[in-house]
Amino acid sequence: MSVSNKGYSAADEVGRVFTRRTRMQRIWIDLKKAPPTAIFGMLVIFTYLFVAVFAPLIAPYGEAEIFPQPYAPWGGEHLLGTDQIGRDVLSRLIYGARNTIGIALATTFLSFLIGGGLGLIAAINRSWLDQLLSRAVDVLMAIPSLIFALMLLSVFGSSIGSLILIIAVLDSTRVFRLTRSVAVSVVVMDFVEAARLRGEGLGWIMRREILPNIMPPLVAEFGLRFSFVFLIIASLSFLGVGIQPPTADWGSMVRESASLIQFAQYDLKAGLTPLLPAGAIALITVAVNYVVDWFLHKTSGLKDEH
Amino acid sequence: MNTKPDGQSGDILLEMRDIVIDGFSDEKWNPIIKGVDLTLRRGEVLGLIGESGAGKSTLGLAGMGFVRPGCRITGGSIMFDGIDLRTLSEREKHGLWGSRIAYVAQSAAAAFNPAHRLIDQTVEATVTHGLQNDSAAKSDAVKLFEALQLPDPENIGNRYPHQVSGGQLQRVMTAMAMSPRPDLIIFDEPTTALDVTTQVEVLLSMRKIVEEFNTAAIYITHDLAVVAQMADVIKVLRYGEEVEEADTRKMLSAPEQEYTKSLWSVRLLEKKQSPSDDIVLSIDGVDAAYGKSVRVLHDVNIKVPRGRTVAIVGESGSGKSTTARVITGLLPPSAGQVIFNGESLPPQLKDRSKEQLQKIQMIYQMADTAMNPRQTVAEIIGRPLEFYHGLRGRDRQKRTLELLELIELDESFYDRLPSELSGGQKQRVCIARALAAEPDIIICDEVTSALDQIVQEGILKLLLRLQEEHGITYLFITHDIATVEAISDEIVVMYMGEVVEQGPKQEVLNPPYPDYTKLLLSSVPEMDPDWLTNLLDAR
Repeated sequence: MSVSNKGYSAADEVGRVFTRRTRMQRIWIDLKKAPPTAIFGMLVIFTYLFVAVFAPLIAPYGEAEIFPQPYAPWGGEHLLGTDQIGRDVLSRLIYGARNTIGIALATTFLSFLIGGGLGLIAAINRSWLDQLLSRAVDVLMAIPSLIFALMLLSVFGSSIGSLILIIAVLDSTRVFRLTRSVAVSVVVMDFVEAARLRGEGLGWIMRREILPNIMPPLVAEFGLRFSFVFLIIASLSFLGVGIQPPTADWGSMVRESASLIQFAQYDLKAGLTPLLPAGAIALITVAVNYVVDWFLHKTSGLKDEH
Repeated sequence: MNTKPDGQSGDILLEMRDIVIDGFSDEKWNPIIKGVDLTLRRGEVLGLIGESGAGKSTLGLAGMGFVRPGCRITGGSIMFDGIDLRTLSEREKHGLWGSRIAYVAQSAAAAFNPAHRLIDQTVEATVTHGLQNDSAAKSDAVKLFEALQLPDPENIGNRYPHQVSGGQLQRVMTAMAMSPRPDLIIFDEPTTALDVTTQVEVLLSMRKIVEEFNTAAIYITHDLAVVAQMADVIKVLRYGEEVEEADTRKMLSAPEQEYTKSLWSVRLLEKKQSPSDDIVLSIDGVDAAYGKSVRVLHDVNIKVPRGRTVAIVGESGSGKSTTARVITGLLPPSAGQVIFNGESLPPQLKDRSKEQLQKIQMIYQMADTAMNPRQTVAEIIGRPLEFYHGLRGRDRQKRTLELLELIELDESFYDRLPSELSGGQKQRVCIARALAAEPDIIICDEVTSALDQIVQEGILKLLLRLQEEHGITYLFITHDIATVEAISDEIVVMYMGEVVEQGPKQEVLNPPYPDYTKLLLSSVPEMDPDWLTNLLDAR
């Protein structure tokens, strides 16, 4: 820019104007600079999602189709063998992706709806309602969530609906705390006061003024909560109160084939069978964490030293 | 006491040649400083001035061999007393910083560690660099406190940062910088965050101590009147390039460049005063308190005539902004009432009608936080249009563009985000947002105090023009007397939550004054290098 000596004009002031880029261009630039771990994580997540969506097309057999031979070895007709009542393990792994990921996603969404909504209201309100909600959350968080979930599930019965609802409510406590704490620092900004003075309602202030400004930590938290919900559901299924047969699910698959691990000394492949669903659980948790790490680093404003 | 070789006054201490500094933004390196030279002699004070973004802080910090993260020096040489700072390792530079070169930051409150006593922090650099032992450094620090006219110099060092005022803290920071007897001190806007009455004391003590120890200093500021008091030589920067450098007196009396002249002419804004009896807003006997005990306002009575500007002046804590909160309904008064257009306003915000809200608009000091960083200019200005007047789609877009034109910005700003605007442009967008509601009265809370002078003038001109064209009433809250002189019709002086004086501008700004008004008026720096000296003699 040349130094003009023509005095002052408002439009001439130097602002930090960025090159206009479409959203796609920006995402592409970010992706090109992503570290290998994040790319690995994204590849894994996309593969899982692909498998989950197209499960009926990919799986060689039906979800609960029973074949004559239980505990069939690997190879032949059943690539990964069959389980204790003769269901194809590969097909159940593929359908398991669909069920477990679907339920975990639904649970996480619900917990964000509850926790995020109440957290925003508490942050804006800051009166007795905030106190009431925050203390209720403290009480809920004081009880170990897995044991609490076990208890509630045995009281209400473990249907998929109650599973989603119970875990979502228990998990929403953490979302509430995060949302409230990040929203509180936005609520005190002048632009929120300006919106109040304008006479805007609670809904507008929540959705349009505050939410867009606290999205990055919430998105990162969504990834993390998804991982934890996924692990809790898998644990509950492993304990037998989660997703019930005949619905295929990785947690219960580990439980059903767990004893096979003792036969690893006779047939290595049989020993590996219970590790397959366990590995699938571990892999997606790690993958999500890689992506969240990268996202947090990008949005937290921590710039690389140049 | 002074272990370093005493340089002859007049020797060149710091010489920077053809400095080029790049900053990283928007995926590429952009030049911030484009080849500036700087020479500083021993005992000399150089004032660096310019608008924000001119590169004055970047250049000043480069004088100590330091660049902020995200910046890099790409060209030129920095010679400090025969040492090439550009070739030194970080470790060697750390040896110089805090012993031979010191830095005084803008916000003293943020620069002190709240967990340590002031005296320990004052002598820390001196002791760790091994210049003096602990007890010698501390007794020396007490002498510095005394020289800086801090109250109770013997004991003030035993306090913690939160136990002293902002002005005192800024002086302790100067003592901290002075403690190792550096050859060079860099002051980075040290008084910008202070009230005028406090600023005078800090400026006085800083100037005294710099003279006493014959220390060279670089004084970075955007306030011309301040730099006129402090500096021997003034250098004006713009867009990372030098505009002009000259002796202070010459620079003030005969600036050569057009840009410098325009900086100097800022305070010449003048407004014709015309009385009016049509009262649009009146505050009757208002008391207000935060919580049950902290009483902030006491029996405040203010009348605001229609189509005029009433300025409320006073230092921080005087209750200016609280008055605004009472008017807008954010803080219901504990006694008294606010009468607007002949009817009493409900004290609570939530009880007020949409029309009442629409007629009173507010513009904030920090335009940065007054706009949602995730909304574009079009959304920010368009929302009141939709909310109050039900404009949608094409109508809304048309009116938004009209408003943009009104605030002297063109269509290219329509879909920008606040982060892509300069400080002055942001404040203009806030003005447009207030105008969009078509209010009777706009409350301006320190709207120009965060801006550079030349930008301030632009904003004030805009406000005056809008008043002439649209008959808007302003309630102008500020601590800056120069602004008040430029735009107000009536002035209200507040002190400790009470109205000290109220009346037409001419009456308030001319004698006889109540004591507080006199102190306030005499503390405003003038564009005269002898002002501070004269003031000292007069007091």
